[in-house]
Amino acid sequence: MAKRKMFNKGLISAGLIVFVVVATSPFWLNFGNAEAPPEVVLTAKAKAAGSCVRSLDYMKRYHMQLLNTWRTSVVRDGNTVYVNSEGKSYTMSLTKTCLDCHSNKAEFCDRCHNYASVTPYCFDCHIENPKETQ
Amino acid sequence: MMDSSRRNLLKLAGLSVVGLSAAPVLKTWASGGSETETETQPRLLPNPDALTATRWGMVVDTRKISSPRDLDPLVEACKRAHNIPTFQDKDHEIKWIWEEEFEHAFPMKDDDYLSQRVSSLTFPVLCNHCKNPPCVRACPTKATFKRESDGIVLMDYHRCIGCRFCMAACPYGSRSFNFRDPRPFIKEMTPDYPTRTKGVVEKCDFCVELLAVGKLPACVEASNGILTFGDLDDPNSEVRLLLGANYTIRRKETLGTEPNVYYIV
Repeated sequence: MAKRKMFNKGLISAGLIVFVVVATSPFWLNFGNAEAPPEVVLTAKAKAAGSCVRSLDYMKRYHMQLLNTWRTSVVRDGNTVYVNSEGKSYTMSLTKTCLDCHSNKAEFCDRCHNYASVTPYCFDCHIENPKETQ
Repeated sequence: MMDSSRRNLLKLAGLSVVGLSAAPVLKTWASGGSETETETQPRLLPNPDALTATRWGMVVDTRKISSPRDLDPLVEACKRAHNIPTFQDKDHEIKWIWEEEFEHAFPMKDDDYLSQRVSSLTFPVLCNHCKNPPCVRACPTKATFKRESDGIVLMDYHRCIGCRFCMAACPYGSRSFNFRDPRPFIKEMTPDYPTRTKGVVEKCDFCVELLAVGKLPACVEASNGILTFGDLDDPNSEVRLLLGANYTIRRKETLGTEPNVYYIV
């Protein structure tokens, strides 16, 4: 097999090295200074309730899917009561049920959402502090 | 060094892609479905106190309207119940239930010799919750839909993209667009009901949120007998008794939208 010649070897190698360094720079620069996961604060009412609508693990992972299910059910089917696997009933409402216990949006919702860099638009319409407005 | 290296490289790349995409599929099969199978599934149920019907309708008894001021309480009740903003600029107005004179409410019935009473009367007008709603056909995202169980024409604001096809389709002007953020223009916030955002259309929802907890619509409660609400499919309902005893008209009946709001004139 014929040996192939590489043109501009020096320039290309230097360029490649510079590219790799620049492309991976965010990893090097932030190495070791990972932000600690935020601590969410439970209100006295939430603590007293003992458990959420579903298990803690489920709520952590899937609360957004749960809220989507609630929305579709309430808006489209007119079903407003959620009976969980323990047989306990809840009114499917972000402001009347979720925010009733978790009335501290800034310390509960926002902390995780900011950490995860997600901006859900729930509170563009739903009133975030129903108790203060009353 | 391998010969025909391009061919071999492509082969290897292809195999890798298959391998990588097969892994998650196999993993799902191995775990054998969901973990919730063991516990009972949560259930979604209607509120037992909810008012139900198969075709909600409304009868407006205009004989009970003596002055336009009689309509103010029901318009105000609606605004309060649904966080409706009040804009000075008429172009930005948000209307769920509002007041209209005969020639605009019933343009096809207007003539030169209308009775003095009718031509000077102010009519409450709102979404007719048509049996055959043109707005629903126009909506490209199914944000607006007719609830099959009770015939109420509703909106899912989460899905509305603000294209305003429904506004063009509605022959009654019952839909309003939020040209700007409504929140600063809401006089009194009702915390349990959401506001809307800039860029969505909104309209009367026959107070589904109140029906769901066993209450009558806010305007009906505040109307002092001008409005009657009930099931049009139930021959013994209050609305049907009124319809049976009085001649009624509907707005722009000839368009075939089959409004569910009737007017005794």
